[in-house]
Amino acid sequence: MDTKLEFLRGTLDVLILKALVWGPLHGYAITSLIRRHSDNALLLEEGTLYPALWRLQSKGLLAAEWGLSENNRKAKFYQLKAEGRRQLHHEIKMWEAYAAAVAKVLSATEPPLPEMAK
Amino acid sequence: MTHNPMWRRYARFFGADPVADVDDELRFHLETKTEELIAQGWRPRDAREEAERQFGDVRMIRRVGKTFGQRDEQRKRLKDYWIDSCQDLRYTFRILRRDSGFTAISILILALAIGANIAVFSVVNSLLLRPLPFPESNRLVWIAPPPSECGLSCATYSADAYDEFRALNRTFQDITGYFAFSNADNLRLTGHGDPVPVTGLYVISNFFQVLGVQPAMGRLFTADEGRKGSQSAVLLTDAFWRRQFAADPTIIGKAVNLSGQVGELVTVVGVLPASFDFGAVFAPGTKVDVFTALDLDHARDWGNIVTLIGRLKPGVTLAQALDDANRITPDIYFNVKFPETKGRYKGDFVPVPLKDHVTGALRRSLIILWSAVGVILLIAGVNLSNLLLARSAARAKEFAVRGALGASRGRVVRQLLMESLVLSSAGAVLGLAVAMILLRWLSHQGSLALPLLSTLRIDSHAAGWTVLIVLFTATIFGLLPGLRMSMVNHQEVLKDSGPGTGLGRRHERLRSLLVVSEIALAAVLLISAGLLLRSFLKVLDVDLGFKPDSAASIKLDYDDGAPTFEASTAKRGAILQQVLTHISALPGVEAAGVADYLPLGPNRQWDEPVPQGKSFEPGTLPAPLVYVVTPGFIRAMGIQLEGRDFTWADDLHSERVVLINESAARIYWPGESAVGRILMRDKEADRVIGVVSDVREENVEFGTGSQIYYPATQQDPAGAQLVIRTNLPPASLATSVLHVLRELNPKQPAAEFRPVRTIVDRAVSPRRFFMMLVGAFASLGVLLAALGIYGVISYSVTQKTQEIGVRMALGATAGRILRDIIFNTLRLATIGIVLGTIVSIASSHLIASLLFGTSPWDMATYAVMVLAIVAVALVSGYLPARRASRVDPLAALRIQ
Repeated sequence: MDTKLEFLRGTLDVLILKALVWGPLHGYAITSLIRRHSDNALLLEEGTLYPALWRLQSKGLLAAEWGLSENNRKAKFYQLKAEGRRQLHHEIKMWEAYAAAVAKVLSATEPPLPEMAK
Repeated sequence: MTHNPMWRRYARFFGADPVADVDDELRFHLETKTEELIAQGWRPRDAREEAERQFGDVRMIRRVGKTFGQRDEQRKRLKDYWIDSCQDLRYTFRILRRDSGFTAISILILALAIGANIAVFSVVNSLLLRPLPFPESNRLVWIAPPPSECGLSCATYSADAYDEFRALNRTFQDITGYFAFSNADNLRLTGHGDPVPVTGLYVISNFFQVLGVQPAMGRLFTADEGRKGSQSAVLLTDAFWRRQFAADPTIIGKAVNLSGQVGELVTVVGVLPASFDFGAVFAPGTKVDVFTALDLDHARDWGNIVTLIGRLKPGVTLAQALDDANRITPDIYFNVKFPETKGRYKGDFVPVPLKDHVTGALRRSLIILWSAVGVILLIAGVNLSNLLLARSAARAKEFAVRGALGASRGRVVRQLLMESLVLSSAGAVLGLAVAMILLRWLSHQGSLALPLLSTLRIDSHAAGWTVLIVLFTATIFGLLPGLRMSMVNHQEVLKDSGPGTGLGRRHERLRSLLVVSEIALAAVLLISAGLLLRSFLKVLDVDLGFKPDSAASIKLDYDDGAPTFEASTAKRGAILQQVLTHISALPGVEAAGVADYLPLGPNRQWDEPVPQGKSFEPGTLPAPLVYVVTPGFIRAMGIQLEGRDFTWADDLHSERVVLINESAARIYWPGESAVGRILMRDKEADRVIGVVSDVREENVEFGTGSQIYYPATQQDPAGAQLVIRTNLPPASLATSVLHVLRELNPKQPAAEFRPVRTIVDRAVSPRRFFMMLVGAFASLGVLLAALGIYGVISYSVTQKTQEIGVRMALGATAGRILRDIIFNTLRLATIGIVLGTIVSIASSHLIASLLFGTSPWDMATYAVMVLAIVAVALVSGYLPARRASRVDPLAALRIQ
């Protein structure tokens, strides 16, 4: 089975928010971070990251600032705003609940009990 | 790539350039990736390709980035503008607060001007623009003969004519009407304490259905209620129901005792809505309390009695209705019992829109009034423009500094516009309050004979108009100084050491121009007001034919009910003689008499009498207005009499006698004395025992036709108004007169005891009203112009202090300085007055139709008004001139 997973819609946003929890990062660092943390399992067409970043910025979840990168180049750093942090918590909760529910169903070992007549 | 304008580069000093940012950001990503790949051992060229492959569609992503960037940019620009405006606004408030004197004066001027405009607009809106308060009122028409010289009887129709016209026409959905000859207080309500006078009106039973008025409670009249023998039903107006029955919710179906021309006991079948005000539409300045269905069968032989109102079928034009009316009028009878009366109404059914009938006559006056307040607004605007200009000259330094620091000219104009907008908005808020007070006062002027006053209010249209006015004034008085200031050369100003001295001279020309236009506008207003005032004085001066001062009248109630005409006449004679004897015995009473109709009120006609022994072409003799009076009335009313008055001996057993007026005498017996002659009315011979002066009957301003007086002891009067002439103030007699009347007749209601002067006042009230309003506006205009003159002269004196100091040091006397400045003032005033006079003369045709006995070029009025303006100009120029003449040359020279 191919373990390179395509992105489900909407998951990129929450991954970006998560990536910025530890501090400001530029776009390239975000892609690297996602790749590393997923043990290279999540395959990201790197370009698609940017429209997502800009959308989050324009929604007011992220702030952007120009700064110097590790290799001494001018790079645009993104930072979580309070609103973005709130959104991240919300999304994580939703995601966990969703994943738990799906997992519960998928891991079932017995057929469901017949419906009780009420 | 799109081309970026130059300034965008500098913008990057302060904020991001979104398009370049996108490129930078993507480039960084690709370069870093390439480096990393190279570090992993890729060959540089392959590394670059691999980086781009992993990235995806660079061009598409760049395009997305640009869209986001531009959207952000736009949002930022909007935000910047908003922040700038807020800054301007805060700055404006700070400046206005600092200059509180200027602010207060400007807001006050604007409040007066805008308030007057809102109030007059509301009046115009209610009277001219808004439809009448009935559903689909554009289909309602008033049907009347073409205007003629004779009275109300010529403007009405007989019951038969009404029925036939209603049946024969094809263009009207329905036609209705009301009895035109009702008097105020013609009924009395008993059974609730003292008898109360009540004004009742007979309407044709479908009256409210045709107008589209729904009852607030109960029902309207049924068709049966307009026929003989039906029980009496009455509809109450909302006001009467509240006042007299304390808004009793169970009033429907109750019987009330209304005596007078209605039967004794009548049943209340409905209450009309508060929005229906008969007087406001059909009879300005009067009120009606109750409505009763007119019994047309009963009124067949009463002659012309009803006025007609029709509702056109949908889609029918006025011209079609007129054609239709002209088609059927030749077949209509005055009275079907008399075949020879067929066709008497030929061409006499002319429909006009009801709205025109109600307010058409006022159109011209209202337009004049509207123009007057418009002129006021202009004067106020010019005045403020002047004030702002003076201020902006003083602030030239401030603007120069702002300009030097990079404020654009647009920004300076915007700042000044913002100031004027804030000022005029504040003025409008205060002005709305002024207008509301004015309108509240106006709408409660029940005695003012103007239609629809009770419907006055500030509605959404007036609010919209206010916003327009605010924008207009803000623009006219803010833009001029703004543009003026933005054209100033900042360097010059900054180099100058004084407070904007370089600007003074250039501004002065502009400001003088503004003052001249202000004076011209004020002159136009004042001249119009003067002409109206003179007309009003002329109207007051009209020989009414009677003497309204030291006389008063009260509605008299008596019961002359008797089985026959003879018995009833005798009984009435006895009652009236007794009443008048008692009244005449009261101290202070000089004369007393009774008439059924008073002058300047409703009137009526009977047949045309023919002088005995003379023959006239049929139709050439007028039908005189008829008054049935008692002995003493002619004297009590102050009417001149040649011959003898009626006496109590002129009863049914003696010769029939009449009095006629001078106009009638001239027609019947031109060049001869009428006294002693005989007038034939059918077979009845009436001897003319005297000739009386012509009494203005309908309107103070129009001449009089023929009039005839019959004695109440020989003819049947239609009511009774007791008139008393006294050498005391009339009001002081009220109690004793009512006391006497109550003693003789306990049923006498507590009717109003009103000085005859009030009848005249009511008749001239619209003219007085307009004259006062235009006068008030003119005074306001002159006051504003005076302020303008004062401002300009005073400012130029301040500017020239140094110059004056030099002149005085060189030997000019204080008198010389004073003379020069006053001469300068007069020069401005003269130019303004000449311009104003030219405009007045050119536009005089607009006001001509509103004048009475006064030429629109009346030189006396022009002269007086011009002198008044000159006087005002002199006073407002003298104050600063005197200040200038007291300049201490040493101090003035030391200033700089």
